[in-house]
Amino acid sequence: MNAPAATFSAAADATACCTTRLAVPGIKCAGCIGKIERELPRTPGIHAARANLSTRQVAIRHDPALGQDALAAALLSLGFEAQPISDNPHSRDEAEQRRLLRALGVAGFGMMNVMLLSVSIWAGADGATRALFHWLSALIALPVIAYAGQPFFASAWAALSHRRTNMDVPIAIGVILASALSLYETISGGGHAYFESAVMLLFFLLAGRALDAMMRARTRAGIGALLSRMGKSASVIGPDGSTRRLDASELEPGMLVLLAAGEALAADGEVIAGTSTLDNAMLTGESRPEPVGPGSAVHAGAINLGAPLRIRLTRVAEDTALAEIARLMDEAGQARSRYVRIADRASRLYAPAVHSLAALAFVGWMLAGAGWHQALTIAIAVLIITCPCAMGLAVPAAQVVAAGALMRRGVLIKDGSALERLAECDVAVLDKTGTLTLGSPRAEIGALDPEARAVALGLAQASRHPLSRGLAESLRRAGVTPAAVEDIVETGGTGLAGIWQGVPVALERAQNESAELAASLCIGARHYTITFTDPLRPDAAEALAALRRMGLAPRLISGDRAGPVAALAAALGLEAEAEASPKAKLAALEALKASGQRPLMVGDGLNDGPALAAAHAAIAPGTASDASRQAADAVFLGETLMPVVHAVKVARRTMRIVRQNFAFAIAYNLLAVPLALAGLVTPLIAAIAMSASSLVVIANSLRLARSAQA
Amino acid sequence: MTGLAFLIPIALGMGLAGLAAFLWSLRDGQYEDLDGAAARILIEDEETGS
Repeated sequence: MNAPAATFSAAADATACCTTRLAVPGIKCAGCIGKIERELPRTPGIHAARANLSTRQVAIRHDPALGQDALAAALLSLGFEAQPISDNPHSRDEAEQRRLLRALGVAGFGMMNVMLLSVSIWAGADGATRALFHWLSALIALPVIAYAGQPFFASAWAALSHRRTNMDVPIAIGVILASALSLYETISGGGHAYFESAVMLLFFLLAGRALDAMMRARTRAGIGALLSRMGKSASVIGPDGSTRRLDASELEPGMLVLLAAGEALAADGEVIAGTSTLDNAMLTGESRPEPVGPGSAVHAGAINLGAPLRIRLTRVAEDTALAEIARLMDEAGQARSRYVRIADRASRLYAPAVHSLAALAFVGWMLAGAGWHQALTIAIAVLIITCPCAMGLAVPAAQVVAAGALMRRGVLIKDGSALERLAECDVAVLDKTGTLTLGSPRAEIGALDPEARAVALGLAQASRHPLSRGLAESLRRAGVTPAAVEDIVETGGTGLAGIWQGVPVALERAQNESAELAASLCIGARHYTITFTDPLRPDAAEALAALRRMGLAPRLISGDRAGPVAALAAALGLEAEAEASPKAKLAALEALKASGQRPLMVGDGLNDGPALAAAHAAIAPGTASDASRQAADAVFLGETLMPVVHAVKVARRTMRIVRQNFAFAIAYNLLAVPLALAGLVTPLIAAIAMSASSLVVIANSLRLARSAQA
Repeated sequence: MTGLAFLIPIALGMGLAGLAAFLWSLRDGQYEDLDGAAARILIEDEETGS
């Protein structure tokens, strides 16, 4: 699959109307939905909009002439930041979730109908009626089991063919044996058929799986809602001076490319002509724009903020600095994929025990002189009663509730294994820029009078320069309404100029280039200087103290210069390492792991990527680079650092609940297994025991919803 | 006992109808936006002509 530029694909779609989905993280309530769906179609070219609150996306039907940028601008004018969604990375998850839900529906249907028949049998139907009911049960249950059991059969088969065992092996064996025995009983006119137990088992287990899949799909959608753009193609200048668009994969070293303002670079290179400033936030996490001129080396992922640049490519595709970091991340992430989930660790002990117990029951009863039929019935009763219904639900039920509770507090957990690993962390490593600090420049607007504020916003909102965006953000936060500034012109490297009520106004680079980031605002003859800072997250000290109390000693590791890092570390009382390259960060993490600790990495920049991937668990802020969000286990939104603390706290609580669930499931087995071994378990008892244990596990997990609020 | 001849097909038919309705709703996207469905009830009806 190639990935053409977004505007390109929209233009290629030459129908009268096309639909684009945009991620809009700011949708929070009914008011937002109403506002978007009512106001957006008033923009010319937009026919309809439909907001989705769960995935924080807006689907817009519009004229193909309208590009994604125009749609995003229309949403921004309503007060919502929007980002285009890269070509649907979630479709596979969605398909899996739908398959599980369909299987769940089928199993539910089968369970209700078979149960209806079984209840009549338990109530005393016998003779021809019982035989009829058994046949009907078989007719319903067998196709249902064949369909709804597929996820388990497939996974069990995959494990067995690799000579391993997992949770699904005992389930698949139990279900298949129970169905086979029940079918035999039905054909031979016997008294006990276990169809309802088999179907019910599948139903409860599917419920656990579907919950698990839904949690993953929901949070991935949330993370996808934050995906931003990266250079996927470039305009190559031919020898004759003509330009053509080439995909990033087709670029070659030595090509001359034109990087327009606002465009992201798709390969590494050297500037040949033009001066401008680049936003390197993607690569370094550093918000300060970097000035470049002829001779400067530039890297893939940098966004051009000023005038167009001509760039001679030096390294492309796999050789770029970006790809190098991606490779480091890939390798570092390998270790994490070897992590064994708690459910599988439990079933490693559990499955052999259950299987040998069932086998022993069979052998024991044979030796005791029972017929093979009776011995087999008892062995299967043991299998069914121990079939880990409660175990299958123990983990997902708790994790889904926890993930839901965390999501409401602004933490998106990627999957259940992330919660398990978060709970185990015992040391926290934090990045500075963008993690402890907000990572985006904030303007000091105290010195501006209301008129200047309105003009500043009118100018700033027209630009994508990080300082302009920081200024616009600060002003919007202060409730300023933009003044109507006309004829706005943006000059790369200099600033913005326009006309407001006949007076020339401008937002420019500050005259004196001091160490501080600053801009100057001119309204006619009046001048204002606006300074920018990258402030600490408001609750950073508090959050670090909380982490320390929880036994996660925090430490700082930053790629920034030693001076500012040391100052911040001293202020917060942290151990710190400065001027660390991505490799050095990775090495620090590996050293921690080698010493037996389980590091939690919190970072945002691409330079943190390998460290994030190597850490035992990783959290990234929502403003982090794409790759870092991919590498992290969880993403937190908003301006506070507290969500990191909540995530660890809730993860630990979740694991406590999971362990309680396991303890309960085992206690239940200790009670039920002797009954089964003694041959006292009838299908009725099996059915009651199974649903009761599942309900208790679910109820116990729901307690998390309340405790996670606190 | 002849009642069963009616009741069982009826029970099965109702079960199948429920299953069909569920599968339809799944395909129709009724579960795409559960949070949104809960919130939409609060949106004021659009006043015409504004």
